[in-house]
Amino acid sequence: MTGTPEQGHQEAAGAAAPGPGAGAGPGAEAGSGRTAGEWPLWEVFVRARRGLSHTHAGSLHAPDAELALRNARDLYTRRGEGVSIWVVPSAAVTASSPDEKDPFFEPSADKPYRHPTFYEIPEGVRHL
Amino acid sequence: MSTASVQRTSGAGQDQAPRPGSGAPDTAALEAVFDAAVAADERIEPRDWMPDAYRRTLVRQMAQHAHSEIIGMQPEANWITRAPSLRRKAILMAKVQDEAGHGLYLYSAAETLGTGRDELLDKLHSGRQKYSSIFNYPTLTWADVGAIGWLVDGAAITNQVPLCRCSYGPYARAMIRICKEESFHQRQGYELLLALSRGTEAQHAMAQDAVNRWWWPSLMMFGPPDDESAHSAQSMAWKIKRHSNDELRQRFVDICVPQAESLGLTLPDPELTWNEERGHYDFGPIDWAEFRQVLAGQGPCNDQRITQRRRAHEEGSWVREAAAAHARKHSGVRTEGEAAA
Repeated sequence: MTGTPEQGHQEAAGAAAPGPGAGAGPGAEAGSGRTAGEWPLWEVFVRARRGLSHTHAGSLHAPDAELALRNARDLYTRRGEGVSIWVVPSAAVTASSPDEKDPFFEPSADKPYRHPTFYEIPEGVRHL
Repeated sequence: MSTASVQRTSGAGQDQAPRPGSGAPDTAALEAVFDAAVAADERIEPRDWMPDAYRRTLVRQMAQHAHSEIIGMQPEANWITRAPSLRRKAILMAKVQDEAGHGLYLYSAAETLGTGRDELLDKLHSGRQKYSSIFNYPTLTWADVGAIGWLVDGAAITNQVPLCRCSYGPYARAMIRICKEESFHQRQGYELLLALSRGTEAQHAMAQDAVNRWWWPSLMMFGPPDDESAHSAQSMAWKIKRHSNDELRQRFVDICVPQAESLGLTLPDPELTWNEERGHYDFGPIDWAEFRQVLAGQGPCNDQRITQRRRAHEEGSWVREAAAAHARKHSGVRTEGEAAA
């Protein structure tokens, strides 16, 4: 079972999340039931330096992608922690379910032959 | 698709609701999995099953912690315009900005438990959630900025370092980030006090006066004595807390005494003496009546702090609304090129 990670408090995302119809005009606000202050949530990924992949740093609220990037810069890279930032609407993340953790990952658990230590090699054989 | 990168959760009850046709959830089995994870020093993550009381305790503690960072900006921001040099002003601005950042890390972490940002702010503004009582004391002189950095941030660090190993993953991760940054806060305060202590007689006296006023409230930051602390035992069993209030308070006193000597300042406690047998400093009784009074809202600045916070929030509402309106108007225009960076 999968689900977006934060259904519990996503009512705000609908109005401002980019996508078809999202910019439907003034009516969108009234219809969404969003509270005035709550901006959608974004997940922030930071590349610490060239050669490393982006790593999840945390999350923040912002009205749009551009401000999410700027807020992420101010919040997560005040001390040179990054050279590149990704921001992703939290609602766009699909997560595996912890309830099904065991069956979901089971296919990898019963194949020890995928690990190099599975194989016995005579002593003295080198570079293997 | 990585669960490790996901911190959001639906509200309590949704993830663990029984799926149609799957029968009632076996709470005892879920609890056993939770207990085993805590016992093995593993981290609990947002979408894991957790006891409701664990969730409530964490929301209360993390919200209070976040609110403290946000309210804590006020006493120091009070001195930004009057900092004695450009260097000190730049440092103080960076520090106050950090406090805002710490508040935001913690709000984000609290939100992973299913409580929204607006709800947290509402509860701060309406007094239903608390913040550390230390911020209800006024910053009367420039030296107070130094005393806050050295003592208040010092006490906070003593409290927070063990929280980096807290059983709740998002809280522990936020604390690691915060602790890295707090070190600068403490050192700038110490350096500020040192400059005053070695300055003119009047400057030295100002530094001493600030330490005299902030010492006891700093000791109160560790919370009531262990035998009166309502939540301590359960929090320690859950490994949210790793050390008792009194243990951390003692650690802080032991650290501060030699630091005060190096500053050339004294701590306002005539009973402060080294106890050879215990291997710790003994210190005098804390005025818990004062602590309770400030906690109950009768501190010197309680009203001022919360009024200022509400006003800042209300006066900022047009900015939030304008940004949201701008986002709606321009939605569909995205900075997708960034994703390839």
